[in-house]
Amino acid sequence: MLATLGKRLLTVIPTLIGVIIVTFLLTRVLPGDPAVYFAGPAATPDSIAEIRKGLGLDKPLPEQFVRYVGDLAHGNFGNSLSTGRPVATEIASRLPASAELTLLGLFVSLVIAVPLGILAAVKQGSWIDHTCRVVATAGVSLPVFFTGLLLVYAFYYQLGWAPAPLGRLDAFASAPPQINGFYLIDSLVTGNFEVFRSALSQLILPVATLAIFSLAPIARMTRASMLAVLASEFVRTARASGLDTRTVIITYAFRNAMLPVVTTLGMVFSFLLGANVLVEKVFAWPGIGSYAVEALLQSDFAPVQGFVLTMAVLYVVLNLVIDILYGVIDPRVRLEG
Amino acid sequence: MLKAPTPEVDTGEALPLLDVRDLTVEFQTRRGTVQAVKHVNISLAKGETLGIVGESGSGKSVTSYAVMRILDRAGRIADGSVRFSNLDLRQIDESEMRDLRGREMSMIFQSPRLALNPIRKIGHQIEDVLLQHAQADAAAAADKAVEMLEQVRIARPRERYHAYPFELSGGMCQRVVIALALACRPQLLIADEPTTGLDVTTQKAVMDLVVELTRERGMSTILITHDLGLAAAYCDKVIVMEKGNVVETAKAETIFRNPMHPYTRKLMRATPRPGITLRELLPDEDALRAGAIGAATAKADAPLLKVEKLVKEYPRQGAASSLSRLFKSGPTPEGEVFRAVDGISFEIARGESVGLVGESGCGKSTTSMMLMRLIDKTSGTISFDGEDIGAIPAKDFATLPQRRRIQMVFQDPTDSLNPRFTAARAIADPLLRLSDISRHSLRGRVEELATQVGLPLDLLDRFPHQLSGGQKARVGIARAIALKPDLVVLDEPTAALDVSVQAVVLNLLQDLKDKLGMSYLFVSHDLNVVRLLCDRVIVMKSGQIVEQGLTARVMDAPQAEYTRDLLAAIPHPPI
Repeated sequence: MLATLGKRLLTVIPTLIGVIIVTFLLTRVLPGDPAVYFAGPAATPDSIAEIRKGLGLDKPLPEQFVRYVGDLAHGNFGNSLSTGRPVATEIASRLPASAELTLLGLFVSLVIAVPLGILAAVKQGSWIDHTCRVVATAGVSLPVFFTGLLLVYAFYYQLGWAPAPLGRLDAFASAPPQINGFYLIDSLVTGNFEVFRSALSQLILPVATLAIFSLAPIARMTRASMLAVLASEFVRTARASGLDTRTVIITYAFRNAMLPVVTTLGMVFSFLLGANVLVEKVFAWPGIGSYAVEALLQSDFAPVQGFVLTMAVLYVVLNLVIDILYGVIDPRVRLEG
Repeated sequence: MLKAPTPEVDTGEALPLLDVRDLTVEFQTRRGTVQAVKHVNISLAKGETLGIVGESGSGKSVTSYAVMRILDRAGRIADGSVRFSNLDLRQIDESEMRDLRGREMSMIFQSPRLALNPIRKIGHQIEDVLLQHAQADAAAAADKAVEMLEQVRIARPRERYHAYPFELSGGMCQRVVIALALACRPQLLIADEPTTGLDVTTQKAVMDLVVELTRERGMSTILITHDLGLAAAYCDKVIVMEKGNVVETAKAETIFRNPMHPYTRKLMRATPRPGITLRELLPDEDALRAGAIGAATAKADAPLLKVEKLVKEYPRQGAASSLSRLFKSGPTPEGEVFRAVDGISFEIARGESVGLVGESGCGKSTTSMMLMRLIDKTSGTISFDGEDIGAIPAKDFATLPQRRRIQMVFQDPTDSLNPRFTAARAIADPLLRLSDISRHSLRGRVEELATQVGLPLDLLDRFPHQLSGGQKARVGIARAIALKPDLVVLDEPTAALDVSVQAVVLNLLQDLKDKLGMSYLFVSHDLNVVRLLCDRVIVMKSGQIVEQGLTARVMDAPQAEYTRDLLAAIPHPPI
């Protein structure tokens, strides 16, 4: 198992090298000159040249690249030009916010979608199957910002049940001491239930928004995969051996149907992590998505590079986790490793 | 020889274990309700073995699913009664039925590897059944499972308890399925094509095991099969089904000596067996129409195909992957390669048909793939009409003119046709790719080919799913002969067909060969079919040729012990 893991990690290296090169080049070819942007509207060509020199932009590309890689090796992602703060610190403080939101959204979606998909497959053509289809279609056809705004309108503005969509905590609570940056966990560990409740109530609406969006692929995939497995011969054998419905559906059918579901899950997760920019905007969430978009609009390429690189590393880790999960679920995959 | 003494069936006094009366099963389909089984009566006494014989679509499997009440969602018992040792199976509720399944009546299936949960240890699967029916408590279940594996003669059962289905051979998987079915000592075993897809020797071992275990437990058995020989060899009583109807019920000896119903006679006739000719497989009138088989046989000049010391090696499974080999230099250690084909030599003359037989894993498919130039050899030569085509890399061969001269008919007529191509497009495919036929003469050539293989012209614009198995086989054959090849490799072309269709296709192949002067390499595991079609036969085992010679000589006076084993394992009808 460890050898498999090691081998798998080796294959990650070329991917990462590729990502570093591409992000470096990409930010160089993007329109907009950071030096001009920072010199301001009243700048003279001389002052622009000076700023460009200060940023190291006057050097040839290969030299810039070597410097960039050297910095990366020291954990230095560069400084944001607009805020002046190091990108690494910024991402480190914002990533947990995005991750907490995304993970929770995915978890909620999973808890609803998987049983729904299983039931829809087992009782194919019943009302629950139709419910599953309607919920999934509706969820995926509404854009997240729309669902988000709709939820805010209904539950904050009209009903007043939810707090104002203004970040991770309400105005009166202060952030718990950072342990892993997940407010829910940090506040529980430190025993600060007031903060926990505040963080949780702030999370409900954005989490619901993400969950509604990601319900569809997971529920549909669970249903399709379950249908295929339920029609397979070993399920017939299990039924012919008189095993009870629970064993047949969970132990025999669902475990076999899990592989495509896990694949979908990985895709949905990586998708959400990058694409929840809109949700972060709607709920004023201090995540990395909104950070990257703001930086991009200002031609502030250090944060953009940092963001893309972080995402790439996350994807790689995610794929690794999924590969390991495959091996846990399916012994045949273990062998091939 | 294998049969239990037939119990005296006296329905007047002894109550039958299973009594099916007037059973009708309906399926809801897109085209309305279809009756798959119509008013079927079955009576099975304790300890009796009943064979249900029929071709695909005869309703033989559906009947057994109805008895077990495991029909698909779309199917339902529309009429009739099913009584099992005085229980009305149509009346009892699902939970009672579930208790009966596996404990009182159980089933073994076709394709054993698929019948087992692929990601659960086989030991645990047996335990599931034992625990479900409270045949053992959790502590004793593991021991009981190992005991069951032992009873179905799985070597090293304690180790195999932890095996997954993919780690076992097909024959072993079927033993596990049998263990699963017999774990709770049921009274009735339904075996649905239990040996289809297994080699003859494995088939014999599995069937003998089933007979032995069921007899020692005094069980009743229903054997569902398309193979008359198998039913004859192992059953007391045989039911013949056609299109949902029972057409004949009789004792096994009677039905084979004196078949009453025309359909039974047709089935009997179409079953390949020793001592007959190809034409005798066909119904009388068709055989008459087909005329005599041409006398054209092998010509004595230089052989068309000459294979010398052909070897194909594969890296062993679990050996170092290509990635880690990149990092580790040095020669490949011994034992990391597996010789699928191990230095074989043979010839095929012009106009000759040669049978290549052997059990799964013997290297016959690998050999045919190399001759087809679909995969590269490791060493040896393949000369075709004097030219060493073995030296041409397989990836280049597809575009060479020689490609036209060697064509193939594949095993599964369904899987080997593009589902989005019409029959005409499928037949035209090699013409479009490898010949310079003009657009307007294409249709004419396709129709000519269709006529040659006996495919009605109005079927040419249909898609594969709109054709029957036999029609698809004809499309596959027409495609292979479209370029007038010199050599056609036939990879079990009739294995997926019903016997009556097989009879027709085999005769067609023979006629085409005579008319077009092609040579055949006929890859098969069915010795009876090879006997009918081939001039010479090559027997392979573990990548080597154990025997080759004229068909009659090899079949009637086999020299190698392995050939004798193969021949002995074929079930023979008692005629």
